[in-house]
Amino acid sequence: MSTEAHAAEGATGYIIHHLTTLSVGEGFWTLHLDTLFFSTVLGGLFIWFFKTAAEKATAGVPGLVQSFAELLIEFVDTQVKDTFHGHSKLIAPLALTIFCWIFLWNFMDLFPVDILPLIASMMGVDYLRVVPSTDLNATFAMSISVFFLIIFYSIKIKGPLGFAKELTLQPFGIWLLPFNLLLKLVEEFAKPISLALRLFGNLYAGELIFILIALLPWYVQPLLSFPWAVFHILIITLQAFIFMVLTIVYLSMAHEDH
Amino acid sequence: MSINATLIGQMITFALLVWFTMKFIWPPLFDSLEQRRKKIAEGLAAAEKGQEAMQLAEKKAKTVLKEAKEQSSEIVTLAQKRANEIVEESKMTAKKESERLILSAQAQIDQQIQQAKENLRQEVAALALSAAEQILGAEIDYAKHQDIISKVSNQLG
Repeated sequence: MSTEAHAAEGATGYIIHHLTTLSVGEGFWTLHLDTLFFSTVLGGLFIWFFKTAAEKATAGVPGLVQSFAELLIEFVDTQVKDTFHGHSKLIAPLALTIFCWIFLWNFMDLFPVDILPLIASMMGVDYLRVVPSTDLNATFAMSISVFFLIIFYSIKIKGPLGFAKELTLQPFGIWLLPFNLLLKLVEEFAKPISLALRLFGNLYAGELIFILIALLPWYVQPLLSFPWAVFHILIITLQAFIFMVLTIVYLSMAHEDH
Repeated sequence: MSINATLIGQMITFALLVWFTMKFIWPPLFDSLEQRRKKIAEGLAAAEKGQEAMQLAEKKAKTVLKEAKEQSSEIVTLAQKRANEIVEESKMTAKKESERLILSAQAQIDQQIQQAKENLRQEVAALALSAAEQILGAEIDYAKHQDIISKVSNQLG
């Protein structure tokens, strides 16, 4: 991709430059350093904020940090309790992590598209994509992790035999076993794929529109980028929320024994 | 846009974040929330209890006040009655005393009248005697005419 970016000029070159990741390695063993860097930093930010709140947590009058952390905790807890009717120590913290982390990823979208790459290029880094959720690797990493959890809990709650039965005997009974299996496999695999692609697609498209707006004359840019950014505040929160809620739903489905 | 080893790196990061959240972030924050909820619930219950107690106390105070009022009015009536009695008694005593005083004064007056009568009688007897002496021109023997004199003086009384 980097050779293409060098070759292309003008608007196409600008767009391709913005969509090229900073990577090392070859083939499968390529690492997108920008995605890894930003998601880790944002994860650190998330951990740091909540750890600060947790360390000072008191049942008395909460401070500002604790209030905000509790707001999020209550919000996530409500979502979990609405959907999931079992006991799990994992689901609520998982949902909180997903929501906050994805929100922070998406929030990087609201930085002006050129500012961070410009700073990076001053430091000698040629390519930089600052929004981790516009990288399929990031979204798929999360959705595949969720997928593993779905499989894990399905087997743990229903037993290997129960899970196998659910895969093969529904919805049409034993005589259409192969068809059942096919349907179920599609259903199961659709979960992580839809999760990852939905988030990726929304954010990728959003980022692309910011890049396209940045190509326009400077006096038109605010007229378009401001409403789009305002709209995007809704989108980034919504996407984080959807990912979290669907994760809860999928995991509670895995917990249900038919 | 390709799937590559970044995926694995991201999964590891994600797993670490979730583990950390599960271990060190969710429990203390959630506990503090629960504890506060409990505290608030307790506080509300206590407030309700307090209000009930207050209402009860108010009721009690009202009955006590009522009783006190009744008692005081009773005491006042009693005191008035007693006062009336005392006034009545003193009136009676004063009346008796005045009657006694009047009686004794009457007695004294009677005695004095008696005294005066006695004196007058004696004086009249003496006068009558001297008048009779002068009329007769002779001395009347007091011893001889004792009967007559006393008869006359008695008639004077």
